[in-house]
Amino acid sequence: MSDASLQNDPEMGAPSTKSSILELDQRTKKRNAAEARFRAYGIVAIAVGLVFLLVLISSIFFKGVGAFQQTFITLDVELLESKLDKTGERDIEKIKKVTTFGYNPLIENALKVAMEEAGIENPFAKGKDLRKMLSSGAAADLRRFVIANPDRIGDTVQFRLLASSRVDGYLKDRVTRESLARDKNLTPVHLDVVDQLKEAGIVAKSFNLGFITGADASESRPEQAGIGVSMLGSLYMMLVVLACALPIGVAASIYLEEFAPQNWFTDLIEVNISNLAAVPSIVFGILGLAVFIQFAHLPQSAPLVGGLVLTLMTLPTIIISTRASLKSVPPSIREAALGIGASKMQTVFHHVLPLAMPGILTGTIIGLAQALGETAPLLLIGMVGYIASNYPGGIIEGFMSPNSAMPAQIYEWAKRADPAYYERAWGGIIILLVFLMTMNIIAIILRRRFERRW
Amino acid sequence: MSAFWLLMIILALAAVGFIQGRSRALSSVHGDRRLLHSLPNYYGFNVAMLAFVPAVLVLGAWVIIQPMLISGQVSTLIPSELYEDAGQLNLIMSDVKRVADGLDVAVAQGVMSAEDVSQISTETTDVRGLLGQVGVALGSDVDPSVLKAAQEMRGKTTSGNLFMTIVVVAVAAAGFIAAMMMTRGDFRARNAVEGGVKTLLIGAASIAILTTIGIVLSLIFNTITFFGMFPASDFLFGLTWSPEGRGGSEHLGILPLLWGTIYISIVALLVAVPIGLFAAVYLSEYASRTTRAFAKPLLEVLAGIPTIVYGLFALTVVGPLLVNFFGADGLGWMQGARSVMTAGLVMGIMLIPFVSSLSDDIINAVPQAMRDGSYGLGATQSETVKQVVLPAALPGIVGAILLAASRAIGETMIVVMGAGAAARLNLNPFEAMTTVTAKIVSQLTGDSDFASPEALVAFALGMTLFLLTLGLNVLALYIVRKYREQYE
Repeated sequence: MSDASLQNDPEMGAPSTKSSILELDQRTKKRNAAEARFRAYGIVAIAVGLVFLLVLISSIFFKGVGAFQQTFITLDVELLESKLDKTGERDIEKIKKVTTFGYNPLIENALKVAMEEAGIENPFAKGKDLRKMLSSGAAADLRRFVIANPDRIGDTVQFRLLASSRVDGYLKDRVTRESLARDKNLTPVHLDVVDQLKEAGIVAKSFNLGFITGADASESRPEQAGIGVSMLGSLYMMLVVLACALPIGVAASIYLEEFAPQNWFTDLIEVNISNLAAVPSIVFGILGLAVFIQFAHLPQSAPLVGGLVLTLMTLPTIIISTRASLKSVPPSIREAALGIGASKMQTVFHHVLPLAMPGILTGTIIGLAQALGETAPLLLIGMVGYIASNYPGGIIEGFMSPNSAMPAQIYEWAKRADPAYYERAWGGIIILLVFLMTMNIIAIILRRRFERRW
Repeated sequence: MSAFWLLMIILALAAVGFIQGRSRALSSVHGDRRLLHSLPNYYGFNVAMLAFVPAVLVLGAWVIIQPMLISGQVSTLIPSELYEDAGQLNLIMSDVKRVADGLDVAVAQGVMSAEDVSQISTETTDVRGLLGQVGVALGSDVDPSVLKAAQEMRGKTTSGNLFMTIVVVAVAAAGFIAAMMMTRGDFRARNAVEGGVKTLLIGAASIAILTTIGIVLSLIFNTITFFGMFPASDFLFGLTWSPEGRGGSEHLGILPLLWGTIYISIVALLVAVPIGLFAAVYLSEYASRTTRAFAKPLLEVLAGIPTIVYGLFALTVVGPLLVNFFGADGLGWMQGARSVMTAGLVMGIMLIPFVSSLSDDIINAVPQAMRDGSYGLGATQSETVKQVVLPAALPGIVGAILLAASRAIGETMIVVMGAGAAARLNLNPFEAMTTVTAKIVSQLTGDSDFASPEALVAFALGMTLFLLTLGLNVLALYIVRKYREQYE
């Protein structure tokens, strides 16, 4: 770019004597164009990144929002005494003997009655075909109600029963008449009935609380699956992470930042921490499998094991951020405390640590958020494949008995063949991201509110 | 007595110790605190610490070691005809444990008395039915030797627990008494307590080392077992991967997996590096303060999104989109939604903020004087960036790219969901391929026992992955650090 070389090169538009300072010569134009191009590349790169973000967020939203809505069929079911309690004694043990199969005719009847009242022609000979519009879990709902209220036998009770996932998919435009052609669960004729029922107000979509609080269901009943139990599993795991990672991380950082002498041992710890921060998370899963399950015989799929693995994984994050916030406390604080006779330990615990606390908490929350979304190590300790269908009985059981966790549950759903489960998986992601966002916002607020500039 | 109640007892003893120690220190100087070496609380803490810490350490060690010792002893009771290898012995031992636990439950529910338990034999009692009655379901009838082992295990555990209670309480009491004896006005209690706290801090810091040791040991031992069953040369240089082959025809060659891993990482870096680098240059050299404050956090949101989200994004959005263009209806290069391209593209998106923030830091570290010198010679901004800033920042940027590559190699969820399961040595980026991480997951999930080569190969894969990422990280950190020193 030296001027000497340029002047000998007429091609490059060497400055001629005639040119004015106000008029751009060929070469300057070229250079300016290159400048503009370069700048445009930068803008394009950022725009591409932001577009990716936008596409990601919008596909999460549009694909997942359906999971929060579910199709219900509202029916007046007559709880026939002749079917449910033949003896009429209202003996709860005898009522319990009636299995869900015994409830199916009641539902079929109720559907027929509802259709007749709405003036809809019934194209099916068998009641069984009609019932296919409902979830196979509907009879279990009915049975649960009857066992809880045996005195209502004989009455006609209004139920809001889950529609089957195909009907739900039809109302959400996931299922079409063409896609049902090869489907043995539902026929296009059903959809005609559904259309009429929808007009009559019997079939309607409404908010799906069961998705947020419910348990996972078997592969054939996506309409019943919920994320509640695995949410609880994640909560127990986060409690373990918080209880282990925060004290250990803070203690380790205090040692390294305030007490550690410059020697090989300190160097070894430092090298280890920075390497652990970059070890792939799946390797921590292998560690958990080998140490906690193979060697220590802790129960598989238990939130305790998951929490311990995630603790080891988040520890470097927490240590790094805690050290940064300890470092940001100015030395004058320490010197003042030492000057009035505090011991080194008193200085750290009475003065430095409280001042560094907001930063430590921020780092901890961010570490927890990272642990909450982590999936790979959980696959190896058996959290996927376990169907989290029951809430744990108590607190100890919550830690020790097998459970799933939110990301593991999402992966489990994504693996299942039924496309209705994709919607559940995206819905689960929305819930997961809401948690992560809340945690990050709390961390940001903490930092803004308490951060001190010395 | 269970470990939990023992812990409670020690805690209570420590609490009593705190109060007693404090008052003893005060009474030794007749209530005149000025004569004490340390604040009164330190005397209390000293007693509590000495009562609590050694006892808890003994308790913890006992709880871990006792079951291992007992099951080692009990397993000699199982006649060697019953099993062929260690895996089968493990299964039998877990049966023994179930029976022993079941007998415990039976005693606790009052179905049988403690004496009955040691008397019953398989000839007189239907043990399976009995245990079924109390809610412990067994898979098969109980073998006499298993029952015998279970009874033995119960006996040893009971006596072991008794010993544990005695020893732990004795240790706690000894610590308590010793600390009380020390407690006098001139005892340097603060120094003692602070020494203890410091040991605790060192212990916490050493967990990082323990974790690394744990990772390395668990990988090494299982890898060695694996190489005992499967030749290392076939693993390292084998060109096919088909673990399902029957009758010894299994091929566990790592090369197709490594190729898949590297191919996907290359695609990911081809997406992430240009975008991330240009974004970093723009943000650090051109962007106004407001643009920067707005765009940088937004880009970093991409890094905070869990990988499971990216995995699902690859599987249900990017994959089908690519099939539309390159699938049977379009160019016909792509069979299914899962492919190297799918996983690589999505992984590239994930890595953009990784490359951009690291490069941003590094570009910002280039001294302003170098830019000013370039401007002074008449260079435009882009010429300065291209010919001064980037060459100066190059080692750091290379380090950042290496770190991103290590992330790409270790990434699991995106490839598990987006890349497919077929191990192939192929050049078509629209073909499904698989990676080291994806195979670790598929070999270790499910009900495999950890004794077969199919399961153990995952540890050898993990070892490869660990060494690969470790090498990249160390190299990257070395380069970055060296570069930083240059301008400091």
